[in-house]
Amino acid sequence: MKAHMVKALNMALYQEMERDESIVVLGEDVGVNGGVFRVTEGLYEKFGRRRVMDTPLSEAGIIGFSIGMATTGLRPIAEIQFQGFDYNAYHHIQQHASKIRNRTRGMMHCPMIVRLPYSGGIRALEHHSDSLETIYIHLPGIIVVCPSSPYEAKGLLAACARAEDPVMFFEPKRLYRAFKEEVPEERYEIELGKANVVKKGGDVTLISWGAMTYLCKMAVEELEKKGIDVEHIDLRTLHPCDWETVVQSVKKTGRCVVVHEAVKTLGFGAEIATRIMEKAFYYLEAPIKRVTAWDINIPLPALEDYYFPDKERIIKGVEEVMKEG
Amino acid sequence: MKKRVFEGGVDYVQILDKDGKVDEELEPKIAGDTLKKMYYHMVLQRKWDRKNMALQRTGRIFTYAPCEGQEGVQIGAMMATEAQDWIFPTYRESYLYHLRGVPLWKINLTWRGMEDGLKLDPKLRMWPAAIPIGTQLPYGAGAGYTIKMRGEKAAVLVFGGDGATSEGEFHDALNFSGVFETPCVFLISNNGWAISTPRKIQTKAETIAQKALAYGFQGLQVDGNDILAVYKYVKEALERARSGKGPFLIEAITYRMGPHTTADDPKRYRSEEEVAYWRERDPIERFKKYLYRKNLLNEEEEKKIEEETQKIVEEEVKKMEEFKPDPKDIFKYQYGGKFALTKNLEEQMKECFGE
Repeated sequence: MKAHMVKALNMALYQEMERDESIVVLGEDVGVNGGVFRVTEGLYEKFGRRRVMDTPLSEAGIIGFSIGMATTGLRPIAEIQFQGFDYNAYHHIQQHASKIRNRTRGMMHCPMIVRLPYSGGIRALEHHSDSLETIYIHLPGIIVVCPSSPYEAKGLLAACARAEDPVMFFEPKRLYRAFKEEVPEERYEIELGKANVVKKGGDVTLISWGAMTYLCKMAVEELEKKGIDVEHIDLRTLHPCDWETVVQSVKKTGRCVVVHEAVKTLGFGAEIATRIMEKAFYYLEAPIKRVTAWDINIPLPALEDYYFPDKERIIKGVEEVMKEG
Repeated sequence: MKKRVFEGGVDYVQILDKDGKVDEELEPKIAGDTLKKMYYHMVLQRKWDRKNMALQRTGRIFTYAPCEGQEGVQIGAMMATEAQDWIFPTYRESYLYHLRGVPLWKINLTWRGMEDGLKLDPKLRMWPAAIPIGTQLPYGAGAGYTIKMRGEKAAVLVFGGDGATSEGEFHDALNFSGVFETPCVFLISNNGWAISTPRKIQTKAETIAQKALAYGFQGLQVDGNDILAVYKYVKEALERARSGKGPFLIEAITYRMGPHTTADDPKRYRSEEEVAYWRERDPIERFKKYLYRKNLLNEEEEKKIEEETQKIVEEEVKKMEEFKPDPKDIFKYQYGGKFALTKNLEEQMKECFGE
């Protein structure tokens, strides 16, 4: 069926809850209201309030409660209404969710998913538009996933529902209803830890995830017309990252552009560039280019377009790299 | 119109006073063997605790958080649990794993700086002790929800200190537990001090127990150095929880006789008079008098327990020192499943061990 990302995620949640009785969905307004973005719509009616919990308004409480559930036999899928509000729960992820498997030497683990509507592009209020994937990628023991389309969202969420460790699931909210695509009604999984080569090419490697993959696809089409043959990689799982696919591609093309919505300084692009330097330095024909948000606090919505990378900046970035060497 | 919309109060209970005299009206009926087992564990815990202080001073374990003075609340509460109950201890309750069969030498591996001490079979239903203050509180609340979802007849005993009640986690845990009616007993060992910060700086409230009222359930204050009161009321609260009546908060008034940890010097912030006052209220001494009066203990048996526990502690230290961790384990348990040892980690492991 043709579905947008909200519907795809909703289908995945529904199917996973049917498949596995230990899954409990919880968060602010996820029950009766079906979630502020409607991702959990209909779940409350189908599975009841014990498995679809409207919680008190506390991000730290939701995540703390989830860790207790996950380490004693349930599989919570928590929604943090906006990723910008997850900081007051971060210590639970950092101090315990990420460490419980190692500190018990594998005796206990924490199979939970935290769904995080993230980044901008929907003209939301102040504090609603952060892209903080890096702070979770910085934690060993955590899986970080970011889908780029409805098809990807459903398959990745299904895979996460069977993962053995805590997953931070970044949902690019500007893609929630941006477009529809064919999404199988039956259950399927997209393998975690495996990047997707969206388009093969020989001239330059373009790396992105989430909403930036959507923009990059449009940029790639225009670059094609200009005669630049781009190899476009959608990372899907940011942590642990599929470095093999990245390195193989850059060894082939000799050029690389990374695109992300987070700030440039210590954004994940910094790590990607360094990994390429370590593994494929002598294959490079040009410096690696990062097309990112600027190193400033996110402007309020009236001026946010100046902040996020857009198609034009991506095209310009790729052209710059092509001119080098 | 003006009307009173809330009424509430908090009781304080002591059954065994500092001289070992019992309030017969409140005295719980406990089997003789159970009373003797309580005494045995309190004696062994204190011996082990003092040994650990010495082990730290001689560099055989790292930083240690002593529990002297808090044996009454810890042993009393733990013995009030049943095997199906989940326990969420803090670092100061590490002895309690022994009551579910974990040998002392293994518990001590953690203090010796090895994760192997926390390699606990989940069937024990004990979470690894939480070091960050108060974090275990909402996890205990969540564990209560698991019990509820599965329809188990079990409860959760969640430990915490007076300092932890200032953390947001205390609020989250009691609030979620109240709203979702999870079978949790929150036991706050109010030992007077959070390192150098006295209890009165943690909250303006008269008692910690009264905070339960604001979350929609009951709180009780007990003499934490009175093992009979702790045992009786924790047991009652756990039974209530198991039968679906929701959470309960118990504030146990006790005292940390030693430093916060081996890295702390309590002489900087509290008086010798205060320590002496609490020495007279020792949980073991008063319980011993009670057992003598009940003819459950005599000098000969007391001496036998002294010698036996001393011997155990020495033997456990030897076993602890014999244990060698596998350094490669530091890489092996970051993830499970397909990420168990990623290519990235495998490369780093080889580099670390020079392979």
